[in-house]
Amino acid sequence: MAVVFEKPKALSDVPFHYCPGCTHGIVHRLVAEVIDELGIEGQTVGVASVGCSVFSYNYFNCDMVQAAHGRAPAVATGLKRALPENVIFTYQGDGDLAAIGMAETVHAATRGENITVIFINNAIYGMTGGQMAPTSLPGQVTQTSPYGRDVKTAGYPVRVCELLSTLTGTALAQRVTVDTVAHVKEAKKAIKKGFENQINKKGYSIIEVVSTCPTNWGLSPQEAITWLRDNMLPYYPLGVYKDIDAEGGDK
Amino acid sequence: MAEKVLMKGNEALAEAAIQCGCRHYFGYPITPQTEVAAYMSKRLPKEGGCFLQAESEVAAINMVLGATSAGVRAMTSSSSPGISLKSEGVSYIGGSDLPALIINVQRGGPGLGGIQPSQSDYWQATKALGHGDFQLFVLAPSTIQEMVDFVPLAYEVGEKYRVPAMILSDGMLGQMMEPVEFPEKKETAVADKSWATNGHQNKRKKNIVNSLYIQPEELENLIKERYERYAKIKEEEQRAEEFMCEDAEIIIVAFGASSRVSRSAVMQARAEGIKAGLIRPITLWPFPDKTIEKHVDHTKQFLCVEMNMGQMIDDVKLVVSGRKPVSFFGRTGGVIPTPAEVLAEIRAIAGKEN
Repeated sequence: MAVVFEKPKALSDVPFHYCPGCTHGIVHRLVAEVIDELGIEGQTVGVASVGCSVFSYNYFNCDMVQAAHGRAPAVATGLKRALPENVIFTYQGDGDLAAIGMAETVHAATRGENITVIFINNAIYGMTGGQMAPTSLPGQVTQTSPYGRDVKTAGYPVRVCELLSTLTGTALAQRVTVDTVAHVKEAKKAIKKGFENQINKKGYSIIEVVSTCPTNWGLSPQEAITWLRDNMLPYYPLGVYKDIDAEGGDK
Repeated sequence: MAEKVLMKGNEALAEAAIQCGCRHYFGYPITPQTEVAAYMSKRLPKEGGCFLQAESEVAAINMVLGATSAGVRAMTSSSSPGISLKSEGVSYIGGSDLPALIINVQRGGPGLGGIQPSQSDYWQATKALGHGDFQLFVLAPSTIQEMVDFVPLAYEVGEKYRVPAMILSDGMLGQMMEPVEFPEKKETAVADKSWATNGHQNKRKKNIVNSLYIQPEELENLIKERYERYAKIKEEEQRAEEFMCEDAEIIIVAFGASSRVSRSAVMQARAEGIKAGLIRPITLWPFPDKTIEKHVDHTKQFLCVEMNMGQMIDDVKLVVSGRKPVSFFGRTGGVIPTPAEVLAEIRAIAGKEN
């Protein structure tokens, strides 16, 4: 019998702890498929960050390091400088990357640190139970913005790809999502390019995945996808914000 | 033996690190340790190593965590306020059983404090450099030669027991110059690093460097296992120097820069017929309680001399346990006590006129 669908080898047999409708599972699978296709599991070291995805060290079959909140780019820098021929990636959420770890993120990018960053933007702190994130939308109700994010006091959501695309050291800054089959395919292509960039020593690559958090958004999985399309994507337009390979480079 | 060279403490320490295989340095400028970073930036590229000036102390210590996870000898250095910033990463390094090397060239605190020599980070280094149940192996050099000799020792002990190691220096030792000898090049003992996350190459099970354990019992067991290693370190790695202690009636306990001052005072006291002696803790953690204990019975009094308001004295009192008086003399804020001041204390204890 022909096998038409199987689990990527780079994923372990440990069941995901993620909630129904959370897109971490899809993104984990895409990263693992890319690791399989490039045949790099044996030389890859992943850095798990604090947030729901911290347990990714149990899910990926490559060597893994668990970093302090926000420090994944610094840990990845240390790994990469010690292991320049290995493949180092971080897997970070929005609180980790765009709040507490913004300095580490900006400086890893500006150094052109030759690493691959998978950035999950679901506009909320998931693991701690749904607080306002640096990427929470104006008016978005969360546990710490119970009357909706008031931009007069809480400021505006950070657009990470746009910000990092201004830095010379950034090789690739691309925003994708996984709400449709077509988008999943596009996301995988971007993730693969992020890893290939590193193998080809091109510098810092970030793939931002606009994601869902049905549990903390208070929505069903299906409603969450609709909310993502109606609210997230207008504020966070998909696309390539910087690609040093492309004609002209920037969007 | 190798030739003696005249070197500044910070530079001698940096050279010693390179000579024992450290090729990865991550740091951030701060006085009075900056010469370590400057020396590394000059030398490491020529040795095929990595010098990286990080965006912050927080980032630098996490880069050390990453490089150490990869299995290489890495280090960072800073001075007091910068060490406070590193404490998060140090806790993660301790919780992940990694043997990293951290240098503190102490200055006055708290806050921005001052930039002159101090020993006011004793508590921080020996009790709580970060959250959680964990310890660092802490060495206190008192000469530039020890700044050199303690680097391989810190790496070897750290790697043997998988604990972070700190050299607790100060602005005086960092900035002063003395002739030093570097040990003949030898193969440094490289501990087993089968735990390293350097890519499994499809030849072994994957490694995980981690400090997260959600199940309380699992975390408790892990900490207990770590404390068994700490117990072994306490048993086997205590180091202290005894100077004129055999018949001493007044024993000064002092480490680092203040031990140099104290040694002069002890010699002057002896010249006056006062039976003074000096115990110089070399390891601050583990604290050399066995050395103190040896002298509790025969001496009349202990005097702690520190460049702070009295921190190590707590550990001395724990050993002495009220059996003999333990008094304190210290200067702080970046002031170095003079031998005359310490001698005056000794005379007062001995009941002699100053």
